[in-house]
Amino acid sequence: MTELTLVQAVNRGLAEAMRADPDVLVMGEDVGLNGGVFRATEGLYKEFGGDRVIDTPLSETGIVGTAIGMALYGLKPVAEIQFLDFIYPAYDQIVSELAKMRYRSGGQFPCHVVIRTPYGGGIKGGLYHSQSSEAYFCHTPGLKVIVPSTPADAKGLLLTAIHDEDPVLFLEPKRIYRSVTGEVPDGDHRVPFGVARTVREGTDVTLFAYGAMIPPAVEAAEALARDGVAAEVIDLRSLVPLDETAVVRSVEKTGRAVIVHEAPRFCGFGAELAALLAERALYSLKAPIARVTGYDTPFPYALEQLYLPNTEKILAAARATVAA
Amino acid sequence: MNDSAVRTVAHEPAGGTLSSARFREAYRTMVLVRALDERCLALQRQGRIGFYAPHAGQEATLIGSALALEPDDWVFPAYRELAVALVRGVPLGTIVDQLYGNARDVTRGRQMPNHFAFRDQHFVSVSSPIGTQITQAVGAAMAAQRRKAPIAAITYFGDGATSSNDFHAGLNFAGVFNAPVVFLCQNNQWAISLPRARQTRSSTLAEKAEAYGLPGVVVDGNDLRAVYATVRSARERAVGGLGPTLIESQVYRFGPHSTSDDPHRYRPDSEVEAARGRDPLHLAKQVLLGEGLLDEATDVKLWEEARAAIAAAVTSAEAVPPPDPSTLFDDVFAVVPPGLEAERRSLLAMLPPKGGSP
Repeated sequence: MTELTLVQAVNRGLAEAMRADPDVLVMGEDVGLNGGVFRATEGLYKEFGGDRVIDTPLSETGIVGTAIGMALYGLKPVAEIQFLDFIYPAYDQIVSELAKMRYRSGGQFPCHVVIRTPYGGGIKGGLYHSQSSEAYFCHTPGLKVIVPSTPADAKGLLLTAIHDEDPVLFLEPKRIYRSVTGEVPDGDHRVPFGVARTVREGTDVTLFAYGAMIPPAVEAAEALARDGVAAEVIDLRSLVPLDETAVVRSVEKTGRAVIVHEAPRFCGFGAELAALLAERALYSLKAPIARVTGYDTPFPYALEQLYLPNTEKILAAARATVAA
Repeated sequence: MNDSAVRTVAHEPAGGTLSSARFREAYRTMVLVRALDERCLALQRQGRIGFYAPHAGQEATLIGSALALEPDDWVFPAYRELAVALVRGVPLGTIVDQLYGNARDVTRGRQMPNHFAFRDQHFVSVSSPIGTQITQAVGAAMAAQRRKAPIAAITYFGDGATSSNDFHAGLNFAGVFNAPVVFLCQNNQWAISLPRARQTRSSTLAEKAEAYGLPGVVVDGNDLRAVYATVRSARERAVGGLGPTLIESQVYRFGPHSTSDDPHRYRPDSEVEAARGRDPLHLAKQVLLGEGLLDEATDVKLWEEARAAIAAAVTSAEAVPPPDPSTLFDDVFAVVPPGLEAERRSLLAMLPPKGGSP
């Protein structure tokens, strides 16, 4: 075990995967000498050289398109998109190509690319360094979408992603890159996809969250505990594949659900969770499902703290749900 | 045109020549593809296949370029390249099965006609979005370079694709990384209804290479030997570590973009007739006749054989049922996840039992 920040755990995962397999390489903007704008690839260039830590020209479609070609040929590229907000020039490559390559070729051309990208708000990044657009990708069959919230999961899920056979979009909550630290297992530590993490057990209400929304959800649960309300906190951590069983079982136990994400509410990932609960846990519900989300506006700069879900908003929704 | 940057290939340039036997074989494939076009356009009109993108006018470029490649090279095609697959050894019947999307189709009926994928021939899966294969070809070439494999990747695209994001990104990446890739632009003068002159103000498409630090070459795409030699030399250059080349093969699309458009709406017949004066099939035949490698009787026989082979492939493909409904859920992921298994059970429960009456 080693005490690491979340971004250090990402870095550790990359380095260990590259040491273990010469076919693993890292590519993206400023990932080489500069070590990535968030330092996620720090030290890799020095250890593995420019052949395996590839500074690319500034083109997201170029990064993902060439990563696809490398993967088809047999390498295991881990592409970094500097911010999720900048991924859209590569959207065609991700959605039309990467996600569909195996299917459209009748299984002849599996295409395993891992795309890592920091996402989310709270860093004074304004419109284009803050967004949480996971739902666009969750809606695309063929992609796996993963969001760690702890250093141990960041390394363990990243190693699973690199060893997986399917394309993976790996969303890193940049707001907690350094604010969250934790013990990270050494060596080939892998966390399976499709298994939610119960952060805290409870019987009265379930708070569903992921990524940077886990710390405020846990704070809200602690505050509820002081009121005598036992809140369960579920860290989904794998949006696709989703641990549907864990989601349904928790609400069968608690009867109340509060869904938290940074992304706008309308057609956000929470809508899928709410629909799942309506289909499979309706008779267990004691109160309407609540969603605590970003607003249906573009991501604001000066007012970002008002935009984002926080402990207070989660707490208010949970109390209303419990009182209903 | 900027002559300092762009080389125009005349007849028989350096880069090797095609043997007489291979030239004759190439002509046979040209006949087969032209005959397949004729048959498939009719099959689509009759509602027997859903779509078709014809090749007429581009056979010399397709087949000449394919002959210049080695089996281990990788091909990143657009949707008008089935002739390349034929040259690389894909059987005609396998191609026709894809046009029907039947249970024998190696892509399992997943895509519209002409969207092939042939793993064994390194013929990468075709998609409809324009230009996306260009960056992918560069990536495969970079991977081969890293593995020190003596191969090249070639990517095919049209004049329209030179306006796409991936054309720019692909040529730029290829230049920066000196990737062993050949960019083969089939300039067939029309991107559906948009003429070449409206696609770009550049005099040639090949001259765009200069901005990326690459050589650009214009070749007469109706001349099979010229195409072969040009692609062969670009391929050798790539494999030899000298970097990528952009080739503009100037051709003319005789037919519609696909069975979904009517070219009479956007171009005069006189233009098509003029282009047919340089029909690559006719030009190849004249060369073969002139060199005593073909006679009229043999030519007639080639056409008869082609039509018979196509008829047999069509009859065979039509006898094969559509893919099994359960296959709809395969290949989304490496392992079918529980949610998709549930969707599969739900669909199958709605269908009449196999072999039973509905």
